[in-house]
Amino acid sequence: MAANEVAVLGVGMHPWGKWGRNFVEYGVAAARDALRDAGIPWSDVQFVSGADTMRNGYPGYVSGATFAQALGWNGARVASSYAACASGVTAIEAARTRILAGLCDVALVVGADTTPKGFLAPNAGDRPNDPDWLRFRLVGATNPTYFALAARRRMDLHGATSQDFAKVKVKNATNGLANPNARFQKAVTVDDVLASPMVADPLHLLEICATSDGGAALVLCSLEYAKRHAATAGSVVRVAAVSTVTPTYPNTIIDLPDMATDSSAVVAAPEHRFKASIAHAAYEEAGIGPEDLSLAEVYDLSTALELDWYEDIGLCKVGEAERLLNDGDTQIGGRIPVNPSGGLACFGEAVPAQAIAQVCEVTWQLRGQAAGRQVEGATSGITANQGLFGHGSSVLLTR
Amino acid sequence: MSTRTRVPALGAEGWFTPDAEEPTLLGQRCTTCGTYAFPQAAFGCPNPACAGTDMETVPLSRRGKVWSYTDARYQPPPPYVVPTDEHVPFAIAAVELADEGLVVMGQLVPGVSVDDLSVGQEVELVVDVLFSDDDTDHLIWKWQPVTSATTGGAS
Repeated sequence: MAANEVAVLGVGMHPWGKWGRNFVEYGVAAARDALRDAGIPWSDVQFVSGADTMRNGYPGYVSGATFAQALGWNGARVASSYAACASGVTAIEAARTRILAGLCDVALVVGADTTPKGFLAPNAGDRPNDPDWLRFRLVGATNPTYFALAARRRMDLHGATSQDFAKVKVKNATNGLANPNARFQKAVTVDDVLASPMVADPLHLLEICATSDGGAALVLCSLEYAKRHAATAGSVVRVAAVSTVTPTYPNTIIDLPDMATDSSAVVAAPEHRFKASIAHAAYEEAGIGPEDLSLAEVYDLSTALELDWYEDIGLCKVGEAERLLNDGDTQIGGRIPVNPSGGLACFGEAVPAQAIAQVCEVTWQLRGQAAGRQVEGATSGITANQGLFGHGSSVLLTR
Repeated sequence: MSTRTRVPALGAEGWFTPDAEEPTLLGQRCTTCGTYAFPQAAFGCPNPACAGTDMETVPLSRRGKVWSYTDARYQPPPPYVVPTDEHVPFAIAAVELADEGLVVMGQLVPGVSVDDLSVGQEVELVVDVLFSDDDTDHLIWKWQPVTSATTGGAS
């Protein structure tokens, strides 16, 4: 056991859906679920770490104190984090570092949101200093624009086809059928995907993740605390590494919300481009590599982006993701299943909850509790995620 | 028609030459390390290894190669302003400017669809109307495929 590990004592979720209710309701339900799973009372929690809601690309409601009050003030220390799609892991990292510093034994991490229909769009009013406003106004570039640029690039560089992309959705939809927390539990075919309306060529509607309501929570604690409290001590899931790295200059892959890349005229692009550097940092910290993994939960904002992640987290060499997919390696029962939860394809994105939900799924998998979608004998898993403004995250979990 | 006012779109003032015969984007170059920035770096050199704060405004290459491309089949939400009565899908390209080592997004000129585009294809910068209101045309840069009719121009 490495000295920098913490334990996942409990995980919980409110199912994903589209109801438009108060996000606090989802977060509190997930938190109570996680506390029940951990077998500890709320009054024992010493630190509450919230992932703030996302409103038009920016932080919305304060989360940590809101959840603490809703659960009943217990005097715990509190923090709220915002890091776009990576907010959940930033909240995890705040809890982990506090535990590792010896400043607390047990922490509750919560993220939840309720989200509007349709394209994520910026706040109203003229904000010409805001890159997220500018890309909509000056170019008409929505989030799917960026997903599609990456998809077309993949087709050109690696010969990916629309059928390859559609098969990612088919795989994830199949996995999600067995996930009671998934919003979409419906099998789809390649033909269904390709017959859905084109949104941003080459991506169809069924290839782009929706926005959802949902909530997820974790109880994290020191390994000592876990030994005292876990009914199944010895098989406790551990957080082996957390990565929240930012890009290294020059960031040469165009990314939300920017309209241009950094310049590579003077400084060469780094060995690991941003998305690859996120997982790389987690592997380095944990001292384990992609060959040690049993499964991965990656951020399939689009079908094509899931294929990029195969390479970015080191499951295969650059250009080999389509082969990995088509060989069945990434389906449940394959060599390295990816998104056994069903991924964003089946959840849609509830931004502050999503990166926490990835950790919940890996935890269930490592405990052998992912009924209907279990990766047999899973011993380690990684999550990977990327969002606006240079945010990204990865969590490595082992048992 | 000559009474219409032509102005760079809000937020893009100083980002390109609105009236030049051969328009260019206006980026910046660090006088210390030589790296480029677009849009302009308001807070000094973006190269973390360089402490330079003096950035000179420079025209960027008018031509580049398509790095990737897509289109907007659905009308983007505000603050995008629909320039016509109904949304007409438009193409968007990310274009690689080799000398500057930059990739810059922009719309394609109207009439160019994804079927007309390919990765690596050469395109050229033009200034076009983003949208109009009352007596003002709000201008923006767009990319236009370089055809045999335009290959005689500056590169």
